[in-house]
Amino acid sequence: MTPALRVGGVVLAVAIAAALPFFLTDYRTFQFTQALIYAIVLLGLNLLTGYSGQISLGHGAFYAVGAYTAAILMDQAGWPYWATLPVAGAVCFGFGFLFGLPALRLHGHYLAFATFALAVATPQILKYKGIEHWTGGVQGIVTLKPDAPFGLPLSQDRWLYLFTLAIAVALFVVAWNLVRGRVGRALVALRDHPIAAEAMGVDAAFFKTTVFGISAMYAGIAGALGGIAVQFVSPDAFTTLLSISFVVGIVVGGIATISGALWGALFIQFVPNVADQISKAAPWAIYGAVLLVFIYAMPGGVAWMLRRVAGSLRRA
Amino acid sequence: MEAFLHQLFAGIATGGIYASIALALVMIYQSTHHINFAQGELAMFSTYLAWTCVEAGLPWWAAFVLTVVASFVAGAVIERVVMRPVQHAPVLSVVIVFIALLVILNSLAGWIWTYTIKTFPSPFVMPRALENPWLSAHEAGSIGVTLAVLVALWAFFRFTRLGLAMRAAAQNPVSSRLAGIRVGQMLMLGWGLAAAIGAVAGMLIAPVVYLDPNMMAGVMLYAFAAALLGGIDNPVGAVLGGFIVGVVENLAGAYLVGTELKLTVALALIIGVLVFRPTGLLGRRTVVRV
Repeated sequence: MTPALRVGGVVLAVAIAAALPFFLTDYRTFQFTQALIYAIVLLGLNLLTGYSGQISLGHGAFYAVGAYTAAILMDQAGWPYWATLPVAGAVCFGFGFLFGLPALRLHGHYLAFATFALAVATPQILKYKGIEHWTGGVQGIVTLKPDAPFGLPLSQDRWLYLFTLAIAVALFVVAWNLVRGRVGRALVALRDHPIAAEAMGVDAAFFKTTVFGISAMYAGIAGALGGIAVQFVSPDAFTTLLSISFVVGIVVGGIATISGALWGALFIQFVPNVADQISKAAPWAIYGAVLLVFIYAMPGGVAWMLRRVAGSLRRA
Repeated sequence: MEAFLHQLFAGIATGGIYASIALALVMIYQSTHHINFAQGELAMFSTYLAWTCVEAGLPWWAAFVLTVVASFVAGAVIERVVMRPVQHAPVLSVVIVFIALLVILNSLAGWIWTYTIKTFPSPFVMPRALENPWLSAHEAGSIGVTLAVLVALWAFFRFTRLGLAMRAAAQNPVSSRLAGIRVGQMLMLGWGLAAAIGAVAGMLIAPVVYLDPNMMAGVMLYAFAAALLGGIDNPVGAVLGGFIVGVVENLAGAYLVGTELKLTVALALIIGVLVFRPTGLLGRRTVVRV
């Protein structure tokens, strides 16, 4: 595929995505907004786990911090919704960077378990009495859904979808450039052969903590958008299942791919919705089964599969 | 003072549970260098099996024995069928398989037995002469059973040929295979034993925390903290760590932070140990050759 063709394809895809809400009900539009939000998280998680090889099973925690930052700023300081996003991103970058420091000394399984512990403890920390004044404790915080600006004739859900789409596209471009450039190469080198990479002059500590920060920032921005879209944040929305869903998302989409974030997000947004109608336990069971199937049979995920299909079509 | 003693003994009792699960983690870690995320859920599932047996009218101890045997077989089968194919896969794949096991076991339990919290009976009755305000019958029995299991395991690994073969296979699989030890079978045996120990721990903790599919989340975090504290490659350390963590958890819960931050304490413990003393109290420092 030539670069021009590829850019054309991406522009076409974005145009279709932007036109999508005008053919859907408000509720469906909201669901697609949520899928875009998940795509942002998965993108960040894939930078960390896929490209840098640092396993995080606790991204739900950063998502929660982003959501709470946005909700608290809107609820208590009266900020407009759009102004909370940079703050949520910055706060999560800080948290991620700090978490990245001990993570430097933890490899593989240890880091996985430490972040897993973070995911398990998150709802409890959010309920903590000492910070109830800001977080609203078990009750959580209710926010208002923003209207379209400049008197545009759009419903709230459609506006929020387009707003989210714009941010998602921007963040995809950033991630794409990051991965294809010097930073991406350094990260992959550190993942695949840390000693050789360091011998080549790659600053392992700097890159690993920074990518942890960036990854958490993606989760934070997504969390803020999620909080705004759902109009409600509460501790029990950020369970271990949320963090595990993100892992499922990157496995399904494709580890260490950019486009995979989109497929993974569509999966974790729509499959549990359908499965929920069978039984309360079904989404978990399906997640587990899907993880096994992908690890054993399709370790490259959907993105890899599509690439193969495209390759064989071209040859045919 | 009475309250303090009560907290102390309660801590030792739960410490025994943490020690058992930590030991199960260490057994699997030693032979494969994998940390079994699903250990807690396996124990939870076993406990549900025991509950079903008790509900069906079996005496408690019959249910106990049946569950331990069934868990042993299930553990061995999981190793052979689910874990063996990813034995040499990258860490990420292994972690994901563990997560898959965890969610599958959790949802299966929810599916079969529903998410309603159930009570689980305790088989222990305190003789009237020994009744006291600081140690309940269940705590005393729980400590007794845990110690019995630990001693039996120690004797198994120390004095039997099979135990020696398992230790050899864990320490040096290649040489062991050359010496005629079936390493694959030893791995299955290790998983089976770990699952059986977990089942015992689950049945002992269930009367305290009640039975529900998420009952082991907290226990698992503390057990992991215990294994790390003792040194993840050291069984004695894991047991010691279990008792220390159990006592610290109970005393901190009663006098320092309250019960609502129990999981956060576990998180802080895990990160603290990993950062400040990654080898644990008794662990060996490993040196990697470049």
